Amino acid sequence: MAKRIDVSDLNIFYGDFRAVADVSMTIEPRSVTALIGPSGCGKSTFLRSLNRMHEVIPKARVEGKVAIDGQDLYEPAVDPVAVRRLVGMVFQRPNPFPTMSIHENVAAGLRLNNRKAKGDALDDVVERSLRGANLWDEVKDRLDRPASGLSGGQQQRLCIARAIAIEPQVLLMDEPCSALDPISTLAIEDLMHDLKSRYTIVIVTHNMQQAARVSDRTAFFTISGAGQPGRLIEMGETPEIFSRPGEKATEDYITGRFG
Amino acid sequence: MATATPLLAEPGASPPLRLTRGSLPRWAPAGMFAASLGAALLVMLVTSFNWYGWGALTFLLYVVVITTVSRRVEGSRRSTDRLVTALVFTAFALALLPLLALVWTVLRRGVPGLTFEFLTTTMRGVIGAGGGVEHAIVGTLLVTGLAALISVPIGLLTAIYLVEYSGGRLGRWVTLMVDVMTGIPSIVAGLFAYALFEIFFGPGVRMGAAGSVALSVLMIPFVVRSSEEMLRLVPAELREASYALGIAKWRTVVKVVIPTAIAGLTTGVTLAVARVIGETAPLLLVAGLTTSMNTDPFHDRMTTLPVYAFSAFATPGFPPEAGYQRAWSAALVLIILVMLLNLIARLVSRFFGPRTGR
Amino acid sequence: MSAPAAPTIAGGPVTPLDAPSHRRGDRIFAGLARGAGVLILVLLAGVALFLVVESVPALTASSSELPQGKSFAHYVGPLAFGTAFAAAIALLIAAPVSIGVALFISHYSPRRLAGVLGYLIDLLAAVPSVVFGLWGIFWLAPQLQPGMAWLGTHLSFIPFFAGPVSATGRTILTAGVVLAVMILPIMTAICREIFLQTPRLHEEAALALGATRWEVVRMSVLPHGRSGVISAAMLGLGRALGETMAVAMVLSVGGGVSVNLISPQNPSTIAANIALQFPESSGVAVNALIATGLVLFVITFLVNFAARAVVARRKDFREGS
Ligand SMILES: Nc1ncnc2c1ncn2[C@@H]1O[C@H](COP(=O)(O)OP(=O)(O)O)[C@@H](O)[C@H]1O
Ligand SMILES: [Mg+2]
Repeated sequence: MAKRIDVSDLNIFYGDFRAVADVSMTIEPRSVTALIGPSGCGKSTFLRSLNRMHEVIPKARVEGKVAIDGQDLYEPAVDPVAVRRLVGMVFQRPNPFPTMSIHENVAAGLRLNNRKAKGDALDDVVERSLRGANLWDEVKDRLDRPASGLSGGQQQRLCIARAIAIEPQVLLMDEPCSALDPISTLAIEDLMHDLKSRYTIVIVTHNMQQAARVSDRTAFFTISGAGQPGRLIEMGETPEIFSRPGEKATEDYITGRFG
Repeated sequence: MATATPLLAEPGASPPLRLTRGSLPRWAPAGMFAASLGAALLVMLVTSFNWYGWGALTFLLYVVVITTVSRRVEGSRRSTDRLVTALVFTAFALALLPLLALVWTVLRRGVPGLTFEFLTTTMRGVIGAGGGVEHAIVGTLLVTGLAALISVPIGLLTAIYLVEYSGGRLGRWVTLMVDVMTGIPSIVAGLFAYALFEIFFGPGVRMGAAGSVALSVLMIPFVVRSSEEMLRLVPAELREASYALGIAKWRTVVKVVIPTAIAGLTTGVTLAVARVIGETAPLLLVAGLTTSMNTDPFHDRMTTLPVYAFSAFATPGFPPEAGYQRAWSAALVLIILVMLLNLIARLVSRFFGPRTGR
Repeated sequence: MSAPAAPTIAGGPVTPLDAPSHRRGDRIFAGLARGAGVLILVLLAGVALFLVVESVPALTASSSELPQGKSFAHYVGPLAFGTAFAAAIALLIAAPVSIGVALFISHYSPRRLAGVLGYLIDLLAAVPSVVFGLWGIFWLAPQLQPGMAWLGTHLSFIPFFAGPVSATGRTILTAGVVLAVMILPIMTAICREIFLQTPRLHEEAALALGATRWEVVRMSVLPHGRSGVISAAMLGLGRALGETMAVAMVLSVGGGVSVNLISPQNPSTIAANIALQFPESSGVAVNALIATGLVLFVITFLVNFAARAVVARRKDFREGS
């Protein structure tokens, strides 16, 4: 199911401000790609351009090409709603729908396409998604309880279950562990290992160890100063980037010498 | 995977179809709306023209066309989305309609009678045409001014109590009761003022001051609310800086806090005045009606603009046209007053207001 | 008080502190502020007390002394019904429209226009009720009359449209529409505020699942705004119940209880009845009117209180989660 993503000459703007400049990269299917770099260098912005979530911000726009298996996401005829079903997303802070139960949260995406989805088939998908997100055992007795009663780590895994319930091809994660404790973080890292056999995963992380642990390939972004756009410095196999970075800036950042 | 969507079907399915499938061009809604407008107009011309019929038919045609076409091309979800969009736009148009009709009617009917003479004569000895609102304008200014004189100190001091002395239990009660007061129907405020003044002046009492008391009951909660909000915007550091200089609390409030918040306080008071200046019912009960000028709020009936407009309508005299004309022109004067106050409030807060971040 | 802390920063050229006079000033000022707060409580108690005291003569009087020669309960009953009926019509019209308008401003209109559009609707709130009354009679009633005539001819089997049809259009339906227009701004303003406060996180959660705009509204905006919408409706209802002049002017009154929306014989409302009868009343009749005012006060009080309770519960909920 997983798809290859080809990005070419991508420029991303907030109004007149160019936040990301001239990015070209290929994201391989069935792998985890980590985006690293100092804050403000445009990692989140870039990530959100991959499922057209960027444009929900007023005056935000994108120039360039993002193609999934050859299909350009930014062609005029493409429906952003369809893109987002194809490319799921997990946010930095867990955001389950507060008024819905755990079951309803997981089913929320499915219900959109099939209002009357109910019964065993739906329950199956919910169970499978929760198992997929390593959450089933913890919540199977309280599926009807509000999602807001879960811990932060559980909520984040619920959001992952919600995202994979609609079977996207690509899963984007923006610092999914930054609001979580170490044990929940480990649970989610394990989960990524399981998921990458089926999805193309792109993860933004601030944590070098995490990037090294979970990702197959790593892309390093940086900015040259305030008001400057973020740029992709280099991208390669994760062990390669971490042991023999090609650029000085990458090495400085990885070894913590970045200002 | 019964519930899985066709979107995710087989890996072999061709991607271009998936992402672009079914999407109406951007101009489709506007185009269809124009077409519905035209078609409805045709129907109207063939039968008999009527603005509401045209509007309603256009709406129906547009909703039916866009939802069915969208359902065919884009599927039921997009079709529902377009239906709701149409409903939301319609709601806004519906809300705008009375506003436009109101402004237009008041201007059309009110402007012809709005002469210099109308503003500078009273109704003394007037039968039929002629006469004016001079005494009503004076009455309105006196009654509302007196109401402001009562409400502003009480309201402002209460707000200071709530913000600077943080109240405790009494504060919570006051906050709750101010909330309750905002819900008092204006006619009840009028009854209260009547009952209060009856004690001192006997049954059937009518005077401008009683009207002011009634308006105060309506105005005080406004002043408290807005002043409270404005005082809370004053940064705590300012107060602390003043205390640190050894300046007493009451002087800090008077010399530092209030001057800092003065623009917001003025705006709030102006808006509160604008709110009550159009009140009719309580003044009808306790300020009453008279044909001549009365500048003493503590003696006798005092005409105010809203009551004047109401009575010119309710007892127009003969022929009634002259009375109706006076009612509309008085209404126009009243609206101009209210809008002027709103404008002043906006300007004060725009040019002297606190610079709230971002 | 904090004044005593001052001497510790001594040394500088600060004027010597005149402690006793400062403390006196502080005491007086605090007393004034507290007095104003107490005065508000007294004022509200006074409103309730005066209404009750002045109502007693009417409640104890025999039917023959009261207006229309009816007992007070029979007098106020139809008025209370008319009040509730007119307000219900207003709410039924205003609630969906104001939710729609609020959504339009918060989520559908171009962002740059949102402020101006909101201001336009707010302008409606500034229009005095006597102007709404004039507009209702001279503009709205004639506009609605043909529609009501049509309903009377074609749907007269429904009790609401039983007729006979009013020739002037000054019916309780027209009054309800005027009231709806009058409560629209406040309801819209509250709904709009609460819709705008929907957390971005929740809207983006829906968007990322591939939700359309309506689905975002349904999944995140409306659930977030539900209690706000309810309290807006209650506040609007409170306003509609207490509104006087517009109803007094528009409605052609026949007395009695009837659900007929289009006839010239309409039940009056408490507030309108007071406004119309008070200037010509004396003696016990005045007390009877004040007693009806007390009934109105209690009804609006309860409605407003329910609205606040909803808001307060929501606040607890938010702090708890
Ligand atoms: N909503 C927004 N509007 C305007 N500028 C934004 C917005 N979000 C982010 N930016 C700017 O875009 C740049 C990149 O931000 P972001 O993508 O969040 O960086 P990162 O995720 O790498 O920390 C920053 O300079 C930031 O200030
Ligand atoms: Mg970020």
